[in-house]
Amino acid sequence: MYDSPLRKTEVDTNASKISARDVQVYYGDTHAIKDVNVEILDKTVTAFIGPSGCGKSTFLRTLNRMNDTIDICRVEGLIELDGEDIYDKRVDPVQLRAKVGMVFQKPNPFPKSIYDNVAYGPRIHGLARNKAELDEIVEKALRRGAIWNEVKDRLDSPGTGLSGGQQQRLCIARAVATEPEVLLMDEPCSALDPIATSQVEELIDELRENYSVVIVTHSMQQAARVSQKTAFFHLGNLVEYGDTSQIFTNPVDPRTESYITGRIG
Amino acid sequence: MTDATFTGGKEPAKHGLLTLDARTKKRNASEKRFRIYGLAAIGAGVFFLVVLLTAIVSNGIGAFQQTFIEVPVYLEEAKLDKTGNRDPAEMAKVSTFGYSPLIQNALWKVIVDSGAETEFEEGKDIKEMISASAAAKVRDWVLANPDRVGETVDFQILASSRVDGYLKGRVSRESIAQDKNIAAGHLDLVDVLREQGVVHKSFNWDFITGADASESRAEQAGLGVSMLGSLFMMITVLLLALPIGVAASIYLEEFAPTNRFTDFIEVNISNLAAVPSIVFGILGLAAFIQFAHLPQSAPLVGGLTLTLMTLPTIVISTRAALKAVPPSIRDAALGVGASKMQATFHHVLPLAMPGILTGTIIGLAQALGETAPLLLIGMVGYIATNYPEGVFSGFLSPNSAMPAQIYEWAKRADPAYYERAWGGIIVLLLFLLAMNLIAIVLRRKFERRW
Repeated sequence: MYDSPLRKTEVDTNASKISARDVQVYYGDTHAIKDVNVEILDKTVTAFIGPSGCGKSTFLRTLNRMNDTIDICRVEGLIELDGEDIYDKRVDPVQLRAKVGMVFQKPNPFPKSIYDNVAYGPRIHGLARNKAELDEIVEKALRRGAIWNEVKDRLDSPGTGLSGGQQQRLCIARAVATEPEVLLMDEPCSALDPIATSQVEELIDELRENYSVVIVTHSMQQAARVSQKTAFFHLGNLVEYGDTSQIFTNPVDPRTESYITGRIG
Repeated sequence: MTDATFTGGKEPAKHGLLTLDARTKKRNASEKRFRIYGLAAIGAGVFFLVVLLTAIVSNGIGAFQQTFIEVPVYLEEAKLDKTGNRDPAEMAKVSTFGYSPLIQNALWKVIVDSGAETEFEEGKDIKEMISASAAAKVRDWVLANPDRVGETVDFQILASSRVDGYLKGRVSRESIAQDKNIAAGHLDLVDVLREQGVVHKSFNWDFITGADASESRAEQAGLGVSMLGSLFMMITVLLLALPIGVAASIYLEEFAPTNRFTDFIEVNISNLAAVPSIVFGILGLAAFIQFAHLPQSAPLVGGLTLTLMTLPTIVISTRAALKAVPPSIRDAALGVGASKMQATFHHVLPLAMPGILTGTIIGLAQALGETAPLLLIGMVGYIATNYPEGVFSGFLSPNSAMPAQIYEWAKRADPAYYERAWGGIIVLLLFLLAMNLIAIVLRRKFERRW
C-alpha cells in the first residue's frame, strides 16, 4: 500500500489536516502563544523551529490537548482536526489523543516489557480482538518504528533496558500502534547521539507516507533534512511559515533570517 | 555555609600547588571538624541505642522464664467426682476450692519427701509458695481429661511470683521482712526443693499466649489476649486507612485542581499528622463511643481511632510516592490516549506501590505502638481474661492492646509486673521489627527502575 502510485499523488495533494486560527495560549497571566495561524498538511512533515522558550513545544501540546494536564494553562482560538474543533466541549481528549499521537523529548518507555509498551495503546482502545491480532499490531508497529529486527527476539525484556535511540524508536512504535492520523514529536532526537538521530530521522521520513508529522526541533539542520514545511516561532509569535526550502534559503522575515543564520537564538 | 564568599577585591596571593594557602587550610580544617561532629553524633546515637536495648533485654528477658514446681497431685475421686461416672457436667460443679487442698497436700508430700526441715505445718501454711492460679489450672486439666481421676498426675505448677522473684534474684530474705505474702521459711524450702530439681525455671509460653491476670497473680499474666486486641485493631486500621488514604492521595495528587480549597486540605493534612495522639483519643471517645454508641474498650473503636491517627501518615507518604513518579510516565500514557484514570492506575500507581506500602506499614507500626488514644477509649486497665470467642467478638468485646497492657503492667505495684512490662516491650519491639522488615522486603520486591 505504501508504493501505490495513486497514494503518491494523494501525498502530493497535501490536504490540510490541522488548521489553527488565532490561537492564544496563556499560562496564568503569561501570554505564551500569540495569534498563531497555521495549516498543517496531511502526509507532510512540518517542523517547528525557534529559540528556547519561544512557545513551539507549547503550541505542539495544544494540538492534542496535552496542555489540559496543566491547571493554569488556557487555550483560546480555534484548532480544527479534519474540520472538527478539538476544543469543543463534546470532544473527549482521550479520543483526540488516540488520533493525534505524541512522542516526547526524553524517551519514556513504560517500565514494562517491550511488547507491553507497544500493546498498551491498542489494549486500552480495544483495537485487537485476540492475542494473535495484538501480536500482529505489535509487530507492525515495531516494524514501522524501525526497531523490529533489534527487539524481535526479546519482546519480553524491559523496554527501559534498551539504549536511548532504541527507546525513542520504541516510543515511536508505541505511538503509531494506536493508528493515529497525526504524530506530534517534541524534540525527539535531543537526547540521542548522531547515529540514533539519523535512524529516527529516516524513520520520520518513512512515517510521512502514512501520517501527518509535526516535529519540534532545536536543530535547524534537522528541520531542513526531514521537513517539507517549517514554522518559525519567536517570543510566542509564529513569525514565518512556509516551505522548508523557502524558509532556509529565502526567508521573508528578517527575524527568521537572523535565526537561521545564527545571529539570534 | 558557602565558600564562594566575596573576598573584598583583594588579589589572592600566588601560591604553588605544593603549599596550601590559608583559605584552603581553613576549609580543610572545617571539613575535618564537621566529619568529627558527624561521627560523634552517630556514635552517641549508637551508644544510646545499645544502652536502651541492653536495658530492655536485661530487664525483660526474665519474663520469658517462669518458675514451676513439679508436683504429683493425687486426683482424689471422692472429692472431684462423687458420683463416679466421670460426667464432665457433674465434675464441673467442683470449684477450684475443691482442688486447692489436693494441691496443697501434694506439695506437702513433696516437702516431706525432700527431707527439708520446716516450721510450717501441713495445709494452708505452704500455699504462699504456689500461684493462686494453680487450682484453676489443675481443674481445667481434669475437666479435659476426666478419665484420669483417681490417679496421681505430675503437674508443673506455677510458683508464686515471690518464689519466682527469689529464683530470679528480685526477692531476698531481707526484702520480704515486711511481706505478708511469703516468709523466710518458704525460701528455705525453695532452696532445698530447687537443689532436688523440683523447683525449676523454664520457658514460659503462657507469657506470650496467656491473658492478663489480677494484681496478685503476676506469675500468671500473659500478653496473648492483648496481642489479639492489637491484631484486631490493626486489621481495622489496615482495612480503613489504606483504601481511604490511598484514594484521598490519588485524588489530591492526580485529579484535584490546585485552588484554595485543596491548598487548605493539604495544609491541614500536614497539621493532622502533627496532632498529639491523645487528641485523637478524645476525638474517638466523643465520636465513636459517646455519639455513635459503639462499645467501650472494643478493638473496633481503638482501630477507628488509630485509623484517624494513621491516615495523615499514609496520605503524606502516598502523595510523596506519587510525586516521585516521573511525569514523563504520565505523559507517555496520556500520549497514547489513556484516560487520566488509566494512566494513574496502570502506570503511576504500580510505580508508587513500594512507597505506598512502606508508608502504610510505617503508619501501622506507629499505630501498633500507640498507647495514649487507647487510654481515653477504655482499652487500658481492662482485664480481658479470655480469648474472644470469634472474629465478631474479637472486634467488639472489650480487650486491651499490647502497649496498653505494657502500660498497665508498668503501673502495678508488684515488682513482678515490672519485669513483665519490660518483657512485653521486647515482644512489641519484635513485632515492630518484623513489620519494618516486611516493609523493606516489599519495597525491594516492588521497586522497579525507570
